[in-house]
Amino acid sequence: MKLSDIQSKVNATFFKEHQKKLYQSLEDKHTTIEQMDDGDPLSSKMILNMGPQHPATHGVIRLVLQLHGETIEKVKLDIGYLHRGVEKIAENKTYQEFMPYTDRMDYLSPYSNNVALCTAVEKIANVEVPERAHYIRMIGCELARISSHLLWLGTMVMDAGAVSFFIWTFKEREKIYDIMDRLAGHRFTVSHSRIGGVANDITDEAMGAIKEFTKSFPNELKDYHKLLDRNRLFFDRNEAVGVLKTKDALDIAAKGPVLRAAGYAYDIRKFAPYARYDEVEFGIPTRLEGDNLARYFVRMEEMSESIRIIRQCIDKLPKGPVRTDNAKQAYPSKDEVYYSMEGMIHDFMMTDTGICPPEGAESYHAVEAPKGELGYFIQSDGTGHPWRMKINAPSFSNLQVLENILDGEMVADTVVIIGGLDPVMGEADK
Amino acid sequence: MALELNETLQKTIDGLSDNFTDKLIEVYQSSGDTFARIESDALVDVCNYLKDEHHFVFLTDIAGTDRYTSDERFEVIYNLVCLKHQTRLMLKVRCEEESPELTTVSTVWKAANWMEREVYDMYGVRFKGHPDLRRIFLPEDFDYFPLRKEFPLLGIEGSIELPNTTPDTD
Amino acid sequence: MGVESALGEGYLTTRVDSLVNWARANAAWPMPMGLACCAIEMMAFAGPKYDAARFGSEVMRFSPRQSDVMIVAGWCTYKMSHAIRRIWDQMPDPKWCIAMGACASTGGMHRCYGVVQGVDNFLPVDTYISGCPPRPDAVLHALMKIQDKIKTEHSVMLDT
Repeated sequence: MKLSDIQSKVNATFFKEHQKKLYQSLEDKHTTIEQMDDGDPLSSKMILNMGPQHPATHGVIRLVLQLHGETIEKVKLDIGYLHRGVEKIAENKTYQEFMPYTDRMDYLSPYSNNVALCTAVEKIANVEVPERAHYIRMIGCELARISSHLLWLGTMVMDAGAVSFFIWTFKEREKIYDIMDRLAGHRFTVSHSRIGGVANDITDEAMGAIKEFTKSFPNELKDYHKLLDRNRLFFDRNEAVGVLKTKDALDIAAKGPVLRAAGYAYDIRKFAPYARYDEVEFGIPTRLEGDNLARYFVRMEEMSESIRIIRQCIDKLPKGPVRTDNAKQAYPSKDEVYYSMEGMIHDFMMTDTGICPPEGAESYHAVEAPKGELGYFIQSDGTGHPWRMKINAPSFSNLQVLENILDGEMVADTVVIIGGLDPVMGEADK
Repeated sequence: MALELNETLQKTIDGLSDNFTDKLIEVYQSSGDTFARIESDALVDVCNYLKDEHHFVFLTDIAGTDRYTSDERFEVIYNLVCLKHQTRLMLKVRCEEESPELTTVSTVWKAANWMEREVYDMYGVRFKGHPDLRRIFLPEDFDYFPLRKEFPLLGIEGSIELPNTTPDTD
Repeated sequence: MGVESALGEGYLTTRVDSLVNWARANAAWPMPMGLACCAIEMMAFAGPKYDAARFGSEVMRFSPRQSDVMIVAGWCTYKMSHAIRRIWDQMPDPKWCIAMGACASTGGMHRCYGVVQGVDNFLPVDTYISGCPPRPDAVLHALMKIQDKIKTEHSVMLDT
């Protein structure tokens, strides 16, 4: 079966042009001149489509794999099954109106996306944020990091076979959901951060829940370590699997824990600190091997570093307002809106026009989301709507890494490697 | 130019203006970030120079913009990071509206592959020498470039098909 | 038949009907079409706190041939719609569909070129759940509504 016959055998009933070009590009990848076995019905080359709907792909990606027996010869990724044109939507909304869309991008850790947008707009519009808001944002971001890593852990280990682990990590995630419920009003897609601060202060109940969590979570983490750290099965499945060599990692622009597991200690919290990260002490876990096991260790250590940061933030939390008072830059508090005329007018103006950064200003600001460097490049035209908002999503780059490290692996390891890279399609497809 | 650059950026900008004097159009700062605009034909040379001499080894992002002006409509911005000296530089290039084309930098940084595909998908800017220039988010059957300012937000009726609701039987 | 004439027409078939419906309702295995953030709430719905297994949805069957209910969770793009329709066609009858969340029901907050404004443009939806994302309690409520719907189906008895 000549490989060129694949075009005739694929009988696409929708998006014909798209399927044709995808299989063509698979054929052209690493093109060498090879003699295919003519007419041998048991020829062991096969094209496998790990389609958009698959239990183990985290979200909707499509992998087209060319297999030789069990080994993957080439792979091409097809993304865009979750593309909604969020950047085009951003050009039609005010900066604050865009906040809920950021939640739905990296939907495993919504808080960090909110903070990313807020800090980017605050940078371009030169807004000053009160101290207390900075610390509340840090607590929220670190909780989101723990939540995201817990889901990664549960699904990766479930994909590797240990299904009950998923239930354990979800039990912990429910505790974080409870904290978010008390803190921001919604379990999951909170839009707690506002431009100029946060929406509301931490109540005593929420603070109690956070302290409770920081006490109980390290014990759970120890249990997970006990189960997996010396587990022969886990090691066999993850050691030397999906290796990203150190010399390739920067060139292919791996981000986040994937880059740190390949040897580079690049963390935006240390590179360009935002929100008082320069006043708390924490380490950046790094490994040199670059395989799936290294990524596992990096993320587990990141979780304990996050608990450390939360404890320091709780100690250092200053008293004060949680949002800046400037009416042109931030929403007034609900008290003012309900009981004073100026407050109501300011609220109306903020909703109608919104914050207007200076005309012609452009800026880029990144935060360290759990998946990597999440950055916003904003170009402003002086109105309340951005002229251009480019979102630099870490999962997009990490999926490009996937296309490059999967050649030569076994097909059964695909699932574990995808799990180890932890892509979120809502973010990668924007 | 009243620019407050740190040491690395000062050296970089000096190096650029020494080696590419006629290709470097302007250098400015906005909200704390440094932008350098160059001519589109010098793109690969400048990128190679920045990567080799000034250690800008990490290409974080490539963003496209529609300036909606009659000349030099599209602008592509390269977000470069130097890990050694902890600095960031944004490189800008502009191209025309009629068949916009730039040379690919995927020979300099492999990461540019998918990022340039995204710019092509959204704006229609082609990249000469790109190993695999296809659309990345939208299917190939789609004929428009969504992030151009004239494309309506709600899309164009019939530009992308929905499945038919009778099951296909063989 | 003697029994029929004594107890009334259609008595036996309605008894069989209720038995079949009871069995189907209490074993509605969902096929999660988890696309986006609602998928995370769907995982929580199957998780330890809001347990779907006690309602009969014991396993989340990812194979369409083995499932009854398809839960579309998340926004559906035009590119993905063909895959979803194909999977729906592969599910054997009887089958039901739950559109979970605002995005699956009507396109939600994503009013733009890429998103299908409601999965009911190409799928016959039985229950819509509002929310962004809906709490797992709301998904359980929808599952119970589907169970009620199943219990009123006519499978054996023919409408004369």
